[in-house]
Amino acid sequence: MRYSGLKVIKEALTGHKGWRPTWRDPEPKKSYDVVIIGGGGHGLATAYYLAKNHGITNVAVIEKGWIGGGNVGRNTTIIRSNYLLDGNEPFYELSLKLWEGLEQDFNYNAMVSQRGILNLVHTDAQRDAARRRGNAMILNGSDAELLDTDGVRAMYPFLNFNDARFPIKGGLLHRRGGTVRHDAVAWGYARGADLRGVDIIQNCEVTGFKIENGKCLGVETTKGFIGANKVASCVAGSSSRVMEKAGMRLPIESHVLQAFVSEGLKPVLDGVITFGAGHFYCSQSDKGGLVFGGDLDMYNSYAQRGNLPVVEDVMEGGMALIPALGRVRMLRSWGGIMDMSMDGSPFIDKTHVDGLYFNGGWCYGGFKATPASGWCYAHLLATDTPHKVASAYRLDRFRRGCMIDEKGQGAQPNLH
Amino acid sequence: MIINHPILGPRDSQEFTYLGDAALIDRPDWQAEDAADQFHDYLYLRDNPAGEHRELWFHEQGDRSWLVVTRNTVTHEILNVELARDAARARGRSK
Repeated sequence: MRYSGLKVIKEALTGHKGWRPTWRDPEPKKSYDVVIIGGGGHGLATAYYLAKNHGITNVAVIEKGWIGGGNVGRNTTIIRSNYLLDGNEPFYELSLKLWEGLEQDFNYNAMVSQRGILNLVHTDAQRDAARRRGNAMILNGSDAELLDTDGVRAMYPFLNFNDARFPIKGGLLHRRGGTVRHDAVAWGYARGADLRGVDIIQNCEVTGFKIENGKCLGVETTKGFIGANKVASCVAGSSSRVMEKAGMRLPIESHVLQAFVSEGLKPVLDGVITFGAGHFYCSQSDKGGLVFGGDLDMYNSYAQRGNLPVVEDVMEGGMALIPALGRVRMLRSWGGIMDMSMDGSPFIDKTHVDGLYFNGGWCYGGFKATPASGWCYAHLLATDTPHKVASAYRLDRFRRGCMIDEKGQGAQPNLH
Repeated sequence: MIINHPILGPRDSQEFTYLGDAALIDRPDWQAEDAADQFHDYLYLRDNPAGEHRELWFHEQGDRSWLVVTRNTVTHEILNVELARDAARARGRSK
């Protein structure tokens, strides 16, 4: 079934009786060519591109809960390609290009909205850093504009320009960045993969791996053993817990990042604003709620909820930047668990176990990476060679001294 | 979270800075044959358990002591707090 405007009108006129489930609900087969652990954005995108780009359709996606119920359902929906380092920027630029064509590609409305992202600067040194970053972005085929104070004022006159500590001196504007309807990304990829024959198996938890003579033969699950030529872990947030079952220690700590949504408002904010110096960022959803967040809670956590001190910190940052926020009521908050890697950059790699592959360590950059992560992971699984834009995302990069440390914080996951 | 400081009593966790796994106390021997491997594991690899976790907290806005806090990473419950100095001495470090 293809979705179209005509189909919507036809269904509206005939009582909406023609809609069908978007994906099947099959029982697992005895074995597959590829078993993907984790039915989130990355896992479903991997299955989709395995089928579409490489013709590998004997694939199962195994999800502990329901698909899209992990971090792809628990983020602030921002997409962007404004990284600085060579190991990262080409990857995120590929991701943004895939976002730009995503809806036509998988025939599903993901509400990709390139509303522009503005990173504010408050000092001369920050402006220099922004100029350097902008140049790096342009060199890698992305877009960047450096705005002065008047340029920012013309866009967002309601910001607090005269804050004593952080006066707004301009901003780096990335016009192609924006937001996406996050749940629809998971559903669109699930539908695209399912249509090509991929089995999506929900409510099925992986409880162990079957590894013999250094080769992974499949996974033990709550629905029995499932054999596989290749097993691909893709469970960001729980990577350490899953890979521990295969006897691996990872360069990852799990941390919680909180986000917030306000009550619905009339349109006030058409783009995304980031206030790095005050640890706050904000956009407005299509339903009208302001969506915003700030720092990590800073300590290891699997709690999927935050603590109040960070709530207060984020609100202070928000009030410092947008004083009018003081009149807005908070509707809800949530905490997502993320793999914080040792340098703040992800992994897409084979492991030392033959037939076992790893994708994780996305820190808080996992959502924007979804298409390119799936694209590159599928490439790795199909060809056993890394995709050229993900070739820096190796598990052994610390041993080789090739960290991709965007923030220059060293091996301090809570500071990235 | 309230951290029950062994000397100063209950303190808000906001007074502290978090470093990470208390295994960082056990710095490898730099003269060992396999020192490079040991330091790689020490610096970059983590157990990252869901449940009890021993970790280092620095009382930066207090008496500047290091604590070893045993905390449940699923519930945020704090089970035990001791001075990192005592923990290190118990392991034969320092005099």
